Amino acid sequence: MRYAMAIDTKKCVGCGDCVVACQTENNVPHGYCRDWIVESVDGTYPSLSLEFRSERCNHCDNSPCVRCCPTGASHKAEGGIVLVTHHKCIGCGACIQSCPYDARYPHPEGYVDKCTFCIHRVEKGQNPACVDVCPTHCLYFGDLDDPNSDVSLALKDRKWKVLAPEAGTKPQLYFLT
Amino acid sequence: MKTRRDFIKISAVGTGATVLGLSAFGAKKFKWFEPKIEGPVSDEDLTPYATYCEVCFWKCGAWAYVDKQGRIRKIVGNQNDPHCNGRLCPRGTGGVGMYYDEDRLKTPLIREKKADGSQEFREASWEEALDLVASKMKEVKEKYGPEAFGLFNHGNPGGHLEHLMRAYGSESNAEPAFANCRGPRSSAYFATFGAYIGSPECTDIRDTGCLVLIGSHLGENMHNSQVQEMSQAIDNGATIITVDPRFSTAAAHSTHWLPIKPATDIALLMAWIHVLIYENLYNKAFVDQYTFGLDHLKEHVKNMTPEWAYGITDIKPDVIRKTARAMAGAAPAVVIHPGRHVVWYGDDTQRERAMAILTALLGAWGKRGGLYIPEGVSVPKYPQPHYPEPEWTWKDINEGKYPLATMGITTELLKASVPRLNYKHQVKAWFVGGTNLPLAMPDKKLFKEAAEAVEFIAVMDTMPMEITGYADVILPEATYLERYDFIRSSPNRVPNIAVHVPAAEPKYDSKPGWWIAKQIGERLGLHDYFNYDDFSEVVDWQLKQLGTSLEEMKKIGVKEYPRKSGPLYLGDGEEFKFNTSTGKVELYSVDFADEGFEAMPVYKAHPEPPQNFYRLIYGRAPMHTFSRTSNNPNLWDLMSENAVWVNPKVADLWALKKDQEVWLKNQDGAVTSFPVKVRVTERIRWDSVYMVHGFGHSDKKLSRAYGRGASDEELITNIAVDPIMGGTGMRGNFITFLKDNPATEVKEDKA
Repeated sequence: MRYAMAIDTKKCVGCGDCVVACQTENNVPHGYCRDWIVESVDGTYPSLSLEFRSERCNHCDNSPCVRCCPTGASHKAEGGIVLVTHHKCIGCGACIQSCPYDARYPHPEGYVDKCTFCIHRVEKGQNPACVDVCPTHCLYFGDLDDPNSDVSLALKDRKWKVLAPEAGTKPQLYFLT
Repeated sequence: MKTRRDFIKISAVGTGATVLGLSAFGAKKFKWFEPKIEGPVSDEDLTPYATYCEVCFWKCGAWAYVDKQGRIRKIVGNQNDPHCNGRLCPRGTGGVGMYYDEDRLKTPLIREKKADGSQEFREASWEEALDLVASKMKEVKEKYGPEAFGLFNHGNPGGHLEHLMRAYGSESNAEPAFANCRGPRSSAYFATFGAYIGSPECTDIRDTGCLVLIGSHLGENMHNSQVQEMSQAIDNGATIITVDPRFSTAAAHSTHWLPIKPATDIALLMAWIHVLIYENLYNKAFVDQYTFGLDHLKEHVKNMTPEWAYGITDIKPDVIRKTARAMAGAAPAVVIHPGRHVVWYGDDTQRERAMAILTALLGAWGKRGGLYIPEGVSVPKYPQPHYPEPEWTWKDINEGKYPLATMGITTELLKASVPRLNYKHQVKAWFVGGTNLPLAMPDKKLFKEAAEAVEFIAVMDTMPMEITGYADVILPEATYLERYDFIRSSPNRVPNIAVHVPAAEPKYDSKPGWWIAKQIGERLGLHDYFNYDDFSEVVDWQLKQLGTSLEEMKKIGVKEYPRKSGPLYLGDGEEFKFNTSTGKVELYSVDFADEGFEAMPVYKAHPEPPQNFYRLIYGRAPMHTFSRTSNNPNLWDLMSENAVWVNPKVADLWALKKDQEVWLKNQDGAVTSFPVKVRVTERIRWDSVYMVHGFGHSDKKLSRAYGRGASDEELITNIAVDPIMGGTGMRGNFITFLKDNPATEVKEDKA
């Protein structure tokens, strides 16, 4: 089992609904976020292209955050989801430094926090909150090992890219282009 | 005697939120504190309460999830609601912030004049505040007649006040949603098709082959179901044509982006019409059967060629031809989106007419993938006496101007409040509900003069805002999550209704709008119009007439009804009489001609920015609505301020850097109260700047939003009024940059 997410940049409007839904679903404190929107513009007026990307933890196969965690708080759960056990975290910040995607933040309660792919929902067969809320239906989630999962079907017929492939982390966030 | 009423800040009340200055890891030091980790709660442990979102006007059906401690944890869309299909937009998801905002209005407040002449608000009991409003309403009625009590309203809260005012005898009401927003399209589409576009608009984007957006930035204006349908259209491979001087989100997702020169849209539309007619691409069957005036139109657009339009619009003739052919190729499955905030240059009804005519030529009215035929549920009126007949209404305030206005015009209501302007019918007092006028109205001077001139202002709202600063009495309203309210019934593909059920008790000492209106009504002896103890009785009675009940609706939230008016689309060749004077779709508008207006749209040149000035274009961001959400903690997190978009060429010329703070000054010398950050981006033309509307709040009680970003409204002093329906065109303003604080400059001048 390998959980992954695909984001359709042809449909994302960068509204940030995924960010608010994550905030209310996971009680992310104000001023912090587990997911965010990147807007990238290319070209000069009027020959332009624009891409919105809803970004979060890439739940990398080869995850530097897990490797560098001195207490084992950062670990891999079922389906490759990368998690932080809050009570084991000493807040040293090594994982924050090691993440090429800047996906982690220091929670005011003193531990490091980040996207969990809403594992509490996924365990019940539901989608992460960001996927279920997205008004443009541009997020796809599921098990890559299942050829009929939403994410497998989305990746099958489309071109895609991952972010910072050169980091060698084997990220599991795919951007449909 | 004139009562001087100026903007005052709500400062005398409340202690404000305590800000803990613990740094992210600082908290770690206090080991004796048990961390209060409160993770996600599974949906099964939460209780859902039926509601519909009131953060914006789309009113999506939703569920408010409440935990065992009675706290509202999250809000999610109702799967059965066609406004949202189970998915809210960021504002809807962030609706919890509206409830939790600690800056909310907490108690009634009354303006008090002190011995030294200064004014402040003091806390008051509900009894005292309501008595005061009722006594003023009695006083106005005796002195001037009830008609002199004007109402500025919007949304549900405004609806309760409208009921109160009509029972009292006044129909002097107006809402910015008409003359400051979508009025031109109402008048234009009614003149053409004898039907209104409605809200949500009856655009069949879901099944369209070609979506044409003219300055309509879907995705940034987060009109939920339409954004969802645009996404479906992208999946379906529909052609999307976006006309916008700015590279909007919709433009980025389009097949064709036409970066038009601002203020020239009518020329492009007429050239498209020219191509359709002279290349014989129009829908002959539809036009022959249903329309009136093709010959007039043909003659009218004879010289309006793509080559003619190129010189005006900057859009190349081949692009105009190619896009017109793309529309014709997809016809009748073409949506020419009528837009929403369409008051731009004062000839907006004519621009909307051109869009309606284009729709007709493509045969896209009443067709799959074009404009569908909407149907709503008629909610029976709760038994009450007839409203008294006022001696004059908002129509009379216009004094014969704007004959095709279908609702009150906010600017006219303001003007009627200024004695100097000698309106025949004078407005002497205001009730304001659900609209933040100082940031909604152009021409701040006029607003201030009117606000100072009237004898009394009562404001009902949930948050302190610019408008509350002008009030004599402030009535804190409960949010939509804390009250019963009107049944939502808006036309859609399938008729449907939705209800509000309170998910929590009103916070602080706030009260539902219906309760406030009833309490005032009772004091005025209008009990028969408020013959209920709780608004849930009204809702339940109405639901029972509709074959359901509050009990059932609490479980389902949204209910659909079968259509009665016939199918969603017009059958091929089906006979149909349009509700116009000719009974046909009017390519040539008989009504317009009768009223002395042009029967067919004509392009007229509009002023261009003088040297060193740039056209001010404003718009929306998906996470905010109007100026009413800027302080919402969840939405503030997403976007805390606006920026002024500046093309890199312009930035170079002015040596402006990214994030540099500037003040903006317009052609009439108006300057923003607060600085705004520069955003250097290719997404805007070099003759224009862009900013998101709704920022630059001046009330310090908005602890997050105060002074963040700048208000575009302060820069809109030149208004092009639409002679047909009174729309206030606001895109004719030009700005320049001030790199130093203008307040400092003034001081230096004096020294």
